[in-house]
Amino acid sequence: MADLINAFAIAGKAFFGFQAVFFALLAIGLNVHFGYTGLLNFGQIAFAMLGGFGIAISVSLWGLPFWVGVIVGVLAAVVLALLLGLPTLRLRADYLAIVTIATAEGLRLVFRSVSATPVTGGTRGLSAFNRDFIALAPWDTARRYDLLGTTWSGGELWVVTVGWILVALCSLLVWALMRAPWGRVVKAIREDEDAVRSLGKNVYAYKMQALVLGGIFGAFGGMIYAVGTGSAIPDQYQNANTFLAYGALILGGAARVLGPVIGSMLLLFILQFADTGLRSLISNGVIPAELLSATDVAQLRYVLVGIGLMLLLVFRPQGIFGDRREVMLDAR
Amino acid sequence: MAFATLVPGVASAAEAGEQVRGTLQTSLSGPIEGVTVEVATPDGEIVDTVETGEDGRWEVDLPGAGQYVVSVDPDDLPEGVEVNGEPSRTVTVDSGRAQPVNIGLNDGSRNDGGGTIRAVQLFVDGLRFGLLIAMAAVGLSLIYGTTGLTNFAHGELVTIGAIAAWYINVQGGVPLIPAALLAMVVGGVVGALNELAIWRPLRRRGTGLIAALVVSIGLSLALRYTYQIFYGGFSNPYADYQGQRAKSYGPFTLQDRDVASIVIAVVVLVLVALMLQRTKIGKAMRAVSDNRDLAASSGIDVNRVILFVWVLGGALAALGGVLLGLSDQVQWDMGFRLLLLMFAGVTLGGLGTAYGALLGSLIVGVFVQMSTLVIPNDMKYVGGLLLLIVILVVRPQGILGSRARIG
Repeated sequence: MADLINAFAIAGKAFFGFQAVFFALLAIGLNVHFGYTGLLNFGQIAFAMLGGFGIAISVSLWGLPFWVGVIVGVLAAVVLALLLGLPTLRLRADYLAIVTIATAEGLRLVFRSVSATPVTGGTRGLSAFNRDFIALAPWDTARRYDLLGTTWSGGELWVVTVGWILVALCSLLVWALMRAPWGRVVKAIREDEDAVRSLGKNVYAYKMQALVLGGIFGAFGGMIYAVGTGSAIPDQYQNANTFLAYGALILGGAARVLGPVIGSMLLLFILQFADTGLRSLISNGVIPAELLSATDVAQLRYVLVGIGLMLLLVFRPQGIFGDRREVMLDAR
Repeated sequence: MAFATLVPGVASAAEAGEQVRGTLQTSLSGPIEGVTVEVATPDGEIVDTVETGEDGRWEVDLPGAGQYVVSVDPDDLPEGVEVNGEPSRTVTVDSGRAQPVNIGLNDGSRNDGGGTIRAVQLFVDGLRFGLLIAMAAVGLSLIYGTTGLTNFAHGELVTIGAIAAWYINVQGGVPLIPAALLAMVVGGVVGALNELAIWRPLRRRGTGLIAALVVSIGLSLALRYTYQIFYGGFSNPYADYQGQRAKSYGPFTLQDRDVASIVIAVVVLVLVALMLQRTKIGKAMRAVSDNRDLAASSGIDVNRVILFVWVLGGALAALGGVLLGLSDQVQWDMGFRLLLLMFAGVTLGGLGTAYGALLGSLIVGVFVQMSTLVIPNDMKYVGGLLLLIVILVVRPQGILGSRARIG
């Protein structure tokens, strides 16, 4: 029972932790892409990687101030979105899917390659770039704080605070945009591209704007992740994270402003609870070690996410808050 | 292949004393005799100097554990053979251990030895790799053609083939050739299960293609990490056909198993082409792929054809996985990494066409290998992905695809 409460407390921390912020921002971006515009971006993690490395490279390699690093990260994400969109947005939806997933994997391979090591630190990545950011915290970052039965370091608390403010601002922006004419056009593109085109709208330009906007949200996510972990390592930005973010988005409900936020909090809670719970069941001998060892638990999480994603899409594509009519997408 | 190393000798456990040992050979020159090998302490005090024997082997007994510097005399090496980097290595020998020492030799057929030979070598390697991609990609393209599904879980069919063959071969002790055949059966069954348990019910429910695409991604994620749980994160070789020496074929060299894999791939792909062209089911497949409604209205049982496509695709992908595992070892995520190149090949050739997948995959394979002429080896997959993006800009329907399909 104590184990269960412990697992619950750790999972409760994950509910608000910077990983939840990370996935929330990725999923808000994907919501703009997939939920509202109907674009299949499977390379969201590439935007996050550019965001994180934008800060890391600018600060620890070029010695620039932290806020310049943020701008570099955002600009890099914009450039990537333009490069991805240019060839694919005129084509049917699955071409963007193929190109984005390929680019995300390709970029990670480039960043971790031997020849990129002088810039990106190769497989070991870069660190020591978040000192300026942590120093901005209005409280003592060296102390530890107890909140609701969980313990946080001062720096962690600062990252999380900034992160959730960022999530709130991004959600507010999405909410405002989707009430505006721009949002209505974008949603109309998702429903029927040809109809929008016949009304004289430049579908290509709208799709591109949506891709860039969602990519910037993704880059913010990567920045929070980088300052949260204190390091930027290419292999942190595995492709599976994109699918976790999709899981969060669909769980919460696509095409809803708060869907991705609630979804990623819940997803992180479930994952952490499953993780801690399974580990304590293994160490207590409830699950025999031959069946499942503690090292397999990390992999089992991805298996569960994969199966969960499939079941959600088949049986409840609108997630918790979504509207079924809005998420019945089809390839055109 | 121009691998050239001091292959570690087999350590004999009976001797208690410390030792360093190795073999000097390259794939072109074979074992190299009469090369002076000097072993010294880090202070420069010479322990012993020996010459390599007829089989290229050498060994030096050491006074105790610790650090030693092993150097070969580059002047003794035959014409055209050079040491990679420094001609000496510093090794740490644990007590009671015969420490193998690797000193890389270059016989000029790789790196900087004559551009033409290297280009030909890479071209042949690329053809072999492209044939592997093609085998796996034919199924991917036919599944897309017949059902419209972009199957992101196709790489997992490649992996299941390789892993099944590994278990049957290494754990079960069955020779690799029957193991590969069994793996193809496994791949076919898994393909059929895919269709019967997931995709046919989903089509019946009227699930959209985009939802199906995301489902396939979920399936890929779940399967991939399930493999990792059961198989582990390491790469393992098969029990058979290891450590072959490359044979020279004029401007390029190949190991026997690579020749076999090229022959197998060509034969299988020709058989598939003949089946598509001549047999009734093959014609039905192409008909469904071309226009599903028309095929259905002319009396073709579309669901049966799709099931057959899945079985065929699964078996071919499994065979591709076995051959890839033979050359690059078996890994839990090998299929997923290959998937991106399969997509590149299929898109280049034209989504939905069997012959397009074949042609496109060959080009991608050759391009990926040849790209190492200009870019570092660990970035060669990136070259293939760049090619994919360029194709989409220049000719999105691919070489053999039709304009109408791309939306």
